[in-house]
Amino acid sequence: MGLSQTSPTSALFDSPQQESWVATRLDFLVNWSRAKSLWPMPFGTACCAIEFMATAATRFDLARFGMERMSFSPRQADVLICAGRVPFKLAPVLRRIWQQMPQPKWCISMGACASSGGMFDNYAVVQGIDTIIPVDVYVPGCPPRPEGLLYGIMMLQEKVMREKMSDSAIRNEMDPDPASGLYIPASKIDELSEPFGNSVQQTRSGL
Amino acid sequence: MPGSAIPDAPAPSTPRNLPEKGGTANPSAAAIAAKFGNAYIRSEVVWGDTTVYVRPDSVLEIVRWLHDDASQRYDYLSDVTAVEYRDPEQEMEVVWHLRSLPYRRFLRLKAPLAKGAPLAVDSVWPVYKGADWIERECYDMFGITFRGHPDLRRILMWETYREGFPLRKDFPLRGRFSRAEQLRQALSITTEGRYSMEELSVAQAFEDLPEEMRRRLAGGERTGE
Repeated sequence: MGLSQTSPTSALFDSPQQESWVATRLDFLVNWSRAKSLWPMPFGTACCAIEFMATAATRFDLARFGMERMSFSPRQADVLICAGRVPFKLAPVLRRIWQQMPQPKWCISMGACASSGGMFDNYAVVQGIDTIIPVDVYVPGCPPRPEGLLYGIMMLQEKVMREKMSDSAIRNEMDPDPASGLYIPASKIDELSEPFGNSVQQTRSGL
Repeated sequence: MPGSAIPDAPAPSTPRNLPEKGGTANPSAAAIAAKFGNAYIRSEVVWGDTTVYVRPDSVLEIVRWLHDDASQRYDYLSDVTAVEYRDPEQEMEVVWHLRSLPYRRFLRLKAPLAKGAPLAVDSVWPVYKGADWIERECYDMFGITFRGHPDLRRILMWETYREGFPLRKDFPLRGRFSRAEQLRQALSITTEGRYSMEELSVAQAFEDLPEEMRRRLAGGERTGE
């Protein structure tokens, strides 16, 4: 019986094109256990947080998805749920909380304001938290119903289930540019924050 | 009625069918006009609430009198704010909302501030300590300086905020800078910059803590992290 010269671990992990049966099964096991026990870090700033609390309470019961344990410390959290508008004054706080979370970590942007600034197209509100931290799932709604948030969580679980250990870049941290503190180019942020819908009609001068 | 300074006061009731203009004036308006003739400008009654317009230089004096005088006893300052009108010629107004709990009166004081001159009035903090934060908010949003305020700095916007005063009419709704520049400035705030942990430590506030908490802390109990 001929033994291969490569070590057992390299046979498991070092061939992304031709993954072995063991690696894919191990991926499934790891992803399954991660997806079914996501610990949320609630970052509730506004009315979306009320819907989030309703989702966690008995009628909708987040515990069915393995999320019964709210982690109020980012250091023990897996998924950051940003529920509500984020003013500019909170931007460094949100960034720091995200940086304090250990890998693997994911982020759900809950509601219109967290995802795009929503109706608050003004001087004080961040136009989408994806300009501060990377976001995995956006949940639309103002605020989203608990069913909407649950659907977003199930989408995240689906995303977690598709992760592969052989993908070496999957846990890379996105480091912000040290000079500006931004991690995407300034022109992209301006493009993302362009007014749309009704707020196009607002005058810039105010007078 | 218990709690009322008037011996035979009727039970309080919700006023009904108020005229928009010219209802019964608050007696304090006439009292201000009589006592501070030079500072008094005019008064009006809108939806049953009396507004007295006074000159900005005398506001502290009038507020102190309203607070201290036995016939007024305005013991509660509910708000300090400002109004800027769309007409750029029109003066800005600083507004004080005063309430007299013993006499069940509400009085609105307004002081017009001309646009050209520096926007400054006396702080009423020496009379009402609760004016501290609401005057800071008024300064933050309108840029009105309150002379004699113990700690006049921004309260809602961060301290290095450089775009101006958001509730002024010449302030663009989305701010003066581009979104990326606003975000860059916001992310560069050092949250420990102004309030050091030493400043917030229990050690300095130890003497002000309740007795029971001092006993627990002295026994070596740790709270929080």
